[in-house]
Amino acid sequence: MFDEKHLKLFINEIYEYYGHDFAGYSHASFKRRLERVYQMGDFVNFQEFLYKIKNDTSYLTHVIEEITVNVTEMFRDPSFYKVLREELLPSLRTKPFIRIWHAGCSTGEEVYSMAILLSEEGLLSKSLIYATDLNQTVLESAKKGLFPLKLMKEYGENYRAAGGKNDFSEYYSANYGFAKFDDNLSQKMVFSQHNLVSDSSFNEFDLILCRNVMIYFDRELQDRVLQLFDSSLSLLGYLALGTKETLSFTSVQKNFEQLRKEKIWKKIN
Amino acid sequence: MEENKLNSLAKVVIIGGSAGSLEVLLQVLPALQNIDSLVIVLIVHRRNSDDNFLEELIRMKSGLKVKEVEDKTPIKVGRVYVAPADYHLLIEDNFSFSLDVSEKVNYSRPSIDVGFESAADVFGTKLVAILLSGANNDGTNGLLAVKQNGGTVIVQKPETADVPYMPAHAIKNLEADYILSPTEIAEFIKGLAE
Repeated sequence: MFDEKHLKLFINEIYEYYGHDFAGYSHASFKRRLERVYQMGDFVNFQEFLYKIKNDTSYLTHVIEEITVNVTEMFRDPSFYKVLREELLPSLRTKPFIRIWHAGCSTGEEVYSMAILLSEEGLLSKSLIYATDLNQTVLESAKKGLFPLKLMKEYGENYRAAGGKNDFSEYYSANYGFAKFDDNLSQKMVFSQHNLVSDSSFNEFDLILCRNVMIYFDRELQDRVLQLFDSSLSLLGYLALGTKETLSFTSVQKNFEQLRKEKIWKKIN
Repeated sequence: MEENKLNSLAKVVIIGGSAGSLEVLLQVLPALQNIDSLVIVLIVHRRNSDDNFLEELIRMKSGLKVKEVEDKTPIKVGRVYVAPADYHLLIEDNFSFSLDVSEKVNYSRPSIDVGFESAADVFGTKLVAILLSGANNDGTNGLLAVKQNGGTVIVQKPETADVPYMPAHAIKNLEADYILSPTEIAEFIKGLAE
């Protein structure tokens, strides 16, 4: 439906009016998301769509939320969390203080999963989890620690497959269709807005997780973000990516060593 | 230029399947000896899993070069690419794959519609899309997009499908270029490879 020209126009307008830079986004997915939001709006033509974006800030917010993918789950890829628990956290145990960054945390499901792991390993009290996202709305939601109750069965199964030994339901209380996660878990979380495309490093971390976020970026932008992670990691710190992502053929590859077949890399340079 | 780079002569065959499609794939793919001038892409609904059972099985039975797609995997001729479980598969205009974990479509991720539509966009008339057995509406909209972009649409003959619902749903909603049995599908792909 849209061609290259439409995409360019949209990207330029958004950049010019609001400073959001989508130029480095992977085209296929971006185009699909943009077409989807355009169709929901019932516009006569593309010009009308652009006009509304330029003149209605709340609509623009909606468009950006729809274009950026915010689908996530607790303990997604249980085997990843198992390795995190059994191999990675033990090696961080000797540190006096553990700093973790969830880059592109969306609504926070993975952040709470991490807090549960840290708590069970007795490490939560000396940890600090920075959770950032481009999108303020999802951060507000993440802070609350409220997730749909109907998903808890699946999340509980993931938790057990990830080596969880407790009763998963002890971590939340059911409340009007939502599971409200324990405040003990969230007290070590700091949520803030951060744009991977344009913002710089803000701390040094022992572990950075950025799973299924950079898949929406093109190679060039991926490389820039990886350099940002590289410069934000302490020596022997870890970088965790999604199960189908890789550091191969990137400019930072030489600074990292992969943990066997897991999508976890240790910074060695 | 690298010899296995995608060139203007290569055809891209994208195959979507759900329940009952594995048997068809294991009949069709081993029948192909030479796919040097083709790219084959498989989008099959399967349970989330970390293992690469499907790739291994197809590799073992067919002897073809089979690769599970990772983010930004470049597309090369002579290979069979398999969409990973729990990601939508998309195709970039620089002939690489990209992955997407956005909402399920037709209760499915990977969705056949999403993959077909994206491939139609990039490959146009060079695309051959084949829809196999399944119990789902997935694939019909994707085939429509393939047709609109000048590609070739093939649907498995419902009588030959373990679960005829998915191919029958497509046939009801669009005019397929060919409606074929698994044996005929294998013959058709062999013809493309020559």
